[in-house]
Amino acid sequence: MIFAIEVAIGGLLVGVMYSLVALGFVLIYKSSGVFNFAQGDMTLLAALALVGFLTIFPLWLAILAALVLMIALAIAIEAIVLRPLVARPPLALFMATIGLGFFLQGIGQGIWGTDPKGLDIGISDIPFKIKGLLISQFDLAGGALAGGLVFALVWFFQKSRTGRALRAVSDDHEAALSVGIPLRRAWAISWAIAGLVALVAGIMWGSRLGVQFSLSLIALKALPILILGGIDSIPGAIIAGLVVGASENLAEVFLGPYVGGGIQTFFPYLLALVVLWFKPYGMFGREIIERV
Amino acid sequence: MGRCKNTGVAFLLLILVFGFTFPPNPGQAQEQYVPCLIYRTGPFAPGGSGVGGGWEDYMELINMKGGVNGIKYKYEECETAYDTARGVECYERVKPKNPAYIHPMSTGITYALLDRSVRDKIPLVFMGYGRADASDGQVFPWAFTFPTNYWSQNTAKIKFIAQQMGGMDKLKGLKIANLHIDIPYGQETRPLLEKMSKMYGFEVRHFPVPWPGIDQKAQWMDIVRRYNADWVINRNWGVSCTVPLREAARLGFPRDRIVGVWWCGSEEDVLPAGPAAKGYYSANFNGVGQDFPVIQEIIEKVYGAGKGNLSITRVGTVFYNRGVVTGIAMDEAIRTAHKKFGVKPVTGEEMRWALENLNITEERIKEIGAEGLMPPIKTSWKDHEGGGWVRFQQWDGQKWVPVGAWVAPMREFVREEVEKSAAKYAKEKGITPRTSEALK
Amino acid sequence: MIYRECGVFKANYRADMAIFPIPLDRWGVIIILFIAFVVVPFSASDYWLSSILIPFLVFSLAALGLNFLTGYAGQLSIGHAAFMAVGAYISLILYGRYEVPLLLSLLGGGLVTAAVGAVFGIPSLRIKGFYLAVSTLAAQFIIQWVLTHWEWISGGVFGTVDTPPMQVFGWPIDTPVKKYYLVLSVVVPLTIFGKNIVRGQLGRAWMAIRDMDVAAEIIGISLFWNKLLAFTVSSFYAGVAGGLITFTYYGAANIEAFNIMVSFHLLGMIIIGGMGSVLGSFFGGGFITLLPIFINQFAHAFGTVLKTDLLACLELILFGGLIIFFLIVEPYGLARLWRTGKDKLRLWPFPY
Repeated sequence: MIFAIEVAIGGLLVGVMYSLVALGFVLIYKSSGVFNFAQGDMTLLAALALVGFLTIFPLWLAILAALVLMIALAIAIEAIVLRPLVARPPLALFMATIGLGFFLQGIGQGIWGTDPKGLDIGISDIPFKIKGLLISQFDLAGGALAGGLVFALVWFFQKSRTGRALRAVSDDHEAALSVGIPLRRAWAISWAIAGLVALVAGIMWGSRLGVQFSLSLIALKALPILILGGIDSIPGAIIAGLVVGASENLAEVFLGPYVGGGIQTFFPYLLALVVLWFKPYGMFGREIIERV
Repeated sequence: MGRCKNTGVAFLLLILVFGFTFPPNPGQAQEQYVPCLIYRTGPFAPGGSGVGGGWEDYMELINMKGGVNGIKYKYEECETAYDTARGVECYERVKPKNPAYIHPMSTGITYALLDRSVRDKIPLVFMGYGRADASDGQVFPWAFTFPTNYWSQNTAKIKFIAQQMGGMDKLKGLKIANLHIDIPYGQETRPLLEKMSKMYGFEVRHFPVPWPGIDQKAQWMDIVRRYNADWVINRNWGVSCTVPLREAARLGFPRDRIVGVWWCGSEEDVLPAGPAAKGYYSANFNGVGQDFPVIQEIIEKVYGAGKGNLSITRVGTVFYNRGVVTGIAMDEAIRTAHKKFGVKPVTGEEMRWALENLNITEERIKEIGAEGLMPPIKTSWKDHEGGGWVRFQQWDGQKWVPVGAWVAPMREFVREEVEKSAAKYAKEKGITPRTSEALK
Repeated sequence: MIYRECGVFKANYRADMAIFPIPLDRWGVIIILFIAFVVVPFSASDYWLSSILIPFLVFSLAALGLNFLTGYAGQLSIGHAAFMAVGAYISLILYGRYEVPLLLSLLGGGLVTAAVGAVFGIPSLRIKGFYLAVSTLAAQFIIQWVLTHWEWISGGVFGTVDTPPMQVFGWPIDTPVKKYYLVLSVVVPLTIFGKNIVRGQLGRAWMAIRDMDVAAEIIGISLFWNKLLAFTVSSFYAGVAGGLITFTYYGAANIEAFNIMVSFHLLGMIIIGGMGSVLGSFFGGGFITLLPIFINQFAHAFGTVLKTDLLACLELILFGGLIIFFLIVEPYGLARLWRTGKDKLRLWPFPY
C-alpha cells in the first residue's frame, strides 16, 4: 500500500511539472485562439538561452537575460508571424506554429550547439522520508513553483486590467478592438507570458534532464493534460496535470505488467477520451454552444 | 504582398534550380569516395556528430599523411536527421558516385538499406547497431556488424555482472531489470536475456520505457521499491539514457549497479545527470580519452591545421573515439582490398571481399597507435562480427575509466542464436544461404 | 488568352458533370499522365525515380487520404502516420507470410487499416476541433504500442517485417522503374477514385459537415455514418500508402519510419498544399517531402563556407521559415495559389 501511495505522490509531483508546459499552450490559446505547437520548442530555446547566458552571467542575471530574450521573441512572433495571419483559418496559424517550431529548433541548436548541457539551479535531488514514504525535494520545489505560477496567472487574468483585456480579446477579437483594446499588444503580452512559462518549464525540466533537444518533446506529454483540463482553462491545466501524472504512473506500475508494460504514454490519452466522451470540452474548458 | 509573393516564388525556383544543377557526379579517378550519412540535429545529434566527426577526422589525417597507399579520401556528408526516408534518399543520392561502403548510422535506415545494398552491391557496415543476426555472413553477405553486436554485448554484460559479483555461480538468484526503450531497438535483446536467465539461474524482468523516455518514474519506482532489482541494464537512447541516473539517485539505487548499452555510455549521456551519474557502468567497444598516439596525431596534425570538424573539447570522448575506430577499421579494410586487387579506388565488390577477410591484429593496432582504443577484428565469410569484444567503463564523476580487460562474449551461444535468427530471416525473404565464400 | 473557357458549350448532363470541363485542363491532365507514364521512366535517373518520385507520389496519396478527413470532412487528425504503419505491417504480412498476391495484399492492408481507422473515428462523434486533434494522437501511440508488442505482427525480436522479392502477375518488381510503375498504377486510379468521391454525394456530405455539422444534421445528413466513413476512407488511403511505401521504398516495415513526426508532416502537406483540394495534396506532398532534400543540396553549395553542423541547423531554419512564409503568402495553400494563377492567365495579357 505504501508503494501505491509513493507511486501516486511521485506521479502527482511529476504531473505538476507537465502542467507547466501545458500552461503555455493554455495561455496562448486563451488569449489569441492559436494552438501553439511551438511551445515545446520555446521551452527548449529558453533553456538553451539560459545555459548560454550562465556562462557569462550569474544565475539571476542569466534568468533575466533569458526572460528578455523570450519577450523579444514574443514581440517578433507577433509582428512577423501573427500579424499577417490575422483572421486567417485557425489551421493555417496552427501550421505556422509548427513551422515556427522548426525555425526555433534550428536557431537554438545553431547558436548554442546540440550537446546536452547540465543545469544546476541548486535544488537537491536527494529524497527525504516521511513515515516511510520517499519524496523528492526537487519535485516538491517544482510543484510549489508551478502552483505559485498558476495562482499568479489566475489572479492576473481575473483581476488585473491587462488580464481582463486579454480575456476580452479571446472572447471576440472584433468586439475587443471596438472597445479600444489594442489587439496586437494583447497578443504580444500573451506570447510573452507564454515565454515566461516556457522559461520556468525549461529551468525545471532542464535541470532534471539536462538541457538538450528532447526538452522540446515534453510538449507531447502536455497534450493529454490540455484536452483533459480544457484548452482554455488555467486551473484545468493544473488539475488535469495532477490526474494525468498520478494515473499514468499507477497504470504503468499496476496495469502494465499484465499487458507487457510501456503503456504510460497512451494511458492519459485513453483517460482523456473517456472524459471527453462525457464532457467534450474537457473538465473545465468553456463549452461552445452551436447554433444554426 | 505581390512583390513578396514574387520573391518567394523566385526563391523556391532558386532552390529547385540548385537541386537540379547539382546532379550526382562520379568521383574522380584516384580518390576513394566515402559518403557519410550523418545527423547533426535532433534528439540524437551528439551521437551522430560525434561518431561522424571522429570518422571524418581520421580520414582527414590519412589524407594529410598522403592517403591510403597514395589514394586520398574524398568524403562527403549527407544529413539524414535520423529520419529513415531521408536516409534512403541520401543513399540513393550518393550511390551513383560508387561508394565502397555505407554506414547507415541508424537502425531504421539500416533496415531500409539491407535489400538495396544487396541489389547495388555496396557493403553495408553497421558497427554496434542494426540487427544482430546480420553477423551471419551466410545469409547477409553484404552486411557487416564488426567489431561486435548487441547480442554479444548482452552476454558480455552478464559476464561483467558475474565478475562484479565474484563469479558466474553468483548469478544464481540475482534479480536483473532490463530497462529498455520500447521500440524495436530496445526490445531486441529481450529473448536473449531470457534464455541466459534460464542458463545461469538469474531472474530477469523487462521494464519498457515508452519513447521518448523523458519520464521513467513509474519504471524506477517499480524496479527499486517493488521488484528490488540487484542490477539494472540501461538499454536506451538519447535522453532516455540520462533519466535513469537521476531517477536512481532520487530513489537511492546505487549507480554502480546500473550497466548501460554502449549508446548510453557517452559523456553526453552522463554529464546532464551531474553528480547522480557517478559510479555508473556502461559497455563500450572503443577506448576513451586522448591518451592514444593516434588521437594525439589527430590533435596535432588535423586540429593543428584547423581542419578538425568538431570542437577540440570533444576529441577523446566516447562517440568521437568510436568514430575514429570506425575510420581505422574501414581504412584497414581498404588496405586489405589494395593488397588483393591492387592500389586503386576500391569498388563495393572488392570492399566486400576485404571486409570478409579483414584481420586487424594486435600488432597492427599498435602500429596505428590505437592500442587499447579498439579490439582486434578478424572476420571470415561466415562470421561478419569478427571478435565481439566488449569493454566496460565507469563514470568517476569527471571522465570514463576503463574497468578491467576486454570481455569476450559468449561466442558459441551468440553464434547459435545469430544463425537461428538469420535462418528465419532467410526463409522469410526467400534467400538461399551460401555454403562457401563464393557468392551464389 | 492562353487559358480559356471559350467555346465550351455543355450540351448534355454528361458534359456538365465532367471532371475537367475545360478542354485545356483535359489536355493538361493527359499530358501530365503521358509524361508520368512514358517520358519520366525513360528519362529520369534511378536517383530521381527511387528517392524523389516514389516517396513524393506515395506521400501525396497519404496526404490525399488525410485531406478527405481534414480538408473535406473537417475532422483534424494528427495521428495519421500510425494508420500508414498498420497498412505497412498488414500488407507485408499478407504478402510475405500468407502469399497473397501483391496488389491484393495492398488492398487487404488498406481494408484492415480502414477498419482500425473507423474505430479511432468514434470519438469524432462527440469531440470537435483541437480536442479531437489531440485525441487522434491516441491512435498514434496506441497503434505504435500494439504493433511493437503483438508478437504475431512484429514476428519476433527485431520488430520488423521484411519484404520477400516482389512480383505482380509473375513479373518481378526489382528495378526502380518497375517500382515506379507499381506506385503510379496504384496512385493514379486511387486519385481518380478520390476525385470522384469528393465530387459525389459523399464528398458533398463531408463538406456540409465541415462547414457546420449541426446544420448538416438538420438537412438530413447522418453525422454518424459520414464522419465514420470519412475516417474509414481516409485510413484506407493511408493504409495503402503505408503498404506501398514499405514495398517500394523502405523494404521492411519498421515502426520508426512511421513516427509522430511523419504525422505532422502529413498534416503539413495538406495545410500547405491546400485543404479540400485533390491537387493540393500533391502540391503539399511535394513541398514537404522534397523541400528538405532541395534545401540540403542547396546548402551544400555553401558547404565550404559554413561549418557542417551549422548547415544542418540552417536547413531547419529555412524549412520552418519557408512554411511560415508560404502560409503568410497564401493561407489557403498552394492549390489556391495555383487557382489564382489560372484566373490571371485567363485574362492575360489583357487584364482589365
